[in-house]
Amino acid sequence: MTMAWIWTGMVVLSLAFGLIFGRLDAVSAAALEGARSAVELSLSMAGVLCLWSGVLEIMNASGLSAGLAKGFRPLLRRLLPEACRDTETLAAVSANVSANLLGLGNAATPLGIRAARRMARGCGGTASNELCLLVVLNTASIQLLPATIASVRAAAGAAAPFDILPAVWLASALSVTAGLLAAWALSRRDRRRTRL
Amino acid sequence: MNLASLVLPLLLAGTAAWGLGRRVDVYAALTRGAEEGLSVLLRIVPALVGLLTAVSMFRASGAMEWLSSLCAPALALLGIPPETAPLLLVRPVSGSGALAVASDLMASHGPDSYIGRVAAVMLGSTETTFYTIAVYFGAAGIHRTRHTVPAALTADLAGFAAAALAVRLFFGGP
Repeated sequence: MTMAWIWTGMVVLSLAFGLIFGRLDAVSAAALEGARSAVELSLSMAGVLCLWSGVLEIMNASGLSAGLAKGFRPLLRRLLPEACRDTETLAAVSANVSANLLGLGNAATPLGIRAARRMARGCGGTASNELCLLVVLNTASIQLLPATIASVRAAAGAAAPFDILPAVWLASALSVTAGLLAAWALSRRDRRRTRL
Repeated sequence: MNLASLVLPLLLAGTAAWGLGRRVDVYAALTRGAEEGLSVLLRIVPALVGLLTAVSMFRASGAMEWLSSLCAPALALLGIPPETAPLLLVRPVSGSGALAVASDLMASHGPDSYIGRVAAVMLGSTETTFYTIAVYFGAAGIHRTRHTVPAALTADLAGFAAAALAVRLFFGGP
C-alpha cells in the first residue's frame, strides 16, 4: 500500500503545482514522455543487464560463490557467534552473503530467509540481536558488481558505465559499517535498559 | 591505452577461461544468466512505466524543486546534493521507484555529471530497506523487530552521505 500512497501523492502534487504555477501543459506532456522513456530505458538497459547476469551466472556455476561463502565463514562466526554454532545456519548465512556480493539477489533472499527462520526459532516473535544484525546486513548493499546501475549508466550514455565501481565500494563499505555499528550500539542500550 | 578499458574485456575473457578450465559449459551458463536478467527486467517494466510517468510529471510541475529546496538545509549538513532528495525518500521503499528517479536524474543532469554520478553510487550502495525487512521478518515470524529499522536507516543515511563523499573523492566536486 505504501507505493499506492506515494504514487497518488506524486501525481496529485504534480497536478496541484501545475495548476498553481501554470505549468499544466508541461505536466501533461511529461506524463506521456515519462511512460515512453520507461520503455526506452528498459530496452537500452536490457543488453548490459543480460550480459552481466550471464557473466555472474558463469562465475556462480564455476564455484566462485561457493568459494566466497567458504572464505566468509570465519568472519561470520565472529559477527554472529550464537547462530553460527548451528552449521546449517552458518552455511545459509555465508551463501547469503556471497550471493549478495555477486549481486545475485534472487539467490540471496531465499538463503537469507532460511537462515533467519532458523535463527528465529524459540524466541517467540522477538528478533534476537544477531537476527537484527543479519537483516541489517541484508538491507545494506554489499554488491561488488552492481549490474543494474552500470546498465542504467550505459543507457543514459555514460562514457565508462563501470567507472563508478570504486566509489560504490567505498560508499557500500561505509554504509555497512555504519549499520552494523548502529545495530551493536542499539542492542547494548537495550540490554542496559532491561537490566535497570 | 586506457587502463580502465582493459577491465571489461579482461573480466569477460578471464571468467570464461576460468569456467572452461573447471569444465563448466560457460556458454550455457551465459545464456541461462542472460535469460534470468531478461525476466528480472520484464518484471520491473510495468513498475517503471508507472513510476517514470509520476517522476517526470513531478519534475515538470516544479514539485521536485520544491521538495529539494525543502530538504536542502538538512542535506547540506551531510554534504548530500539537494537534487537527490527525491531519491533519498524513495530508495528505502521501492527499488524500481529509486531506479526511475535515478535515471531521471542522470537524464536531466547527465550520467557523468556530479549529480548523475552521486545518484548512481547511491543506488549501488543502498538497498530497498523496508521491503527487505518485511520479507525477512515476515518469513521468520518476527513481530518485535527491536532496533532493526533504526540501524538499517542509519546504514542508508550513511550510504547516501558516503556516496556524495566518494564521488567528490574519485571524480572531484560539483
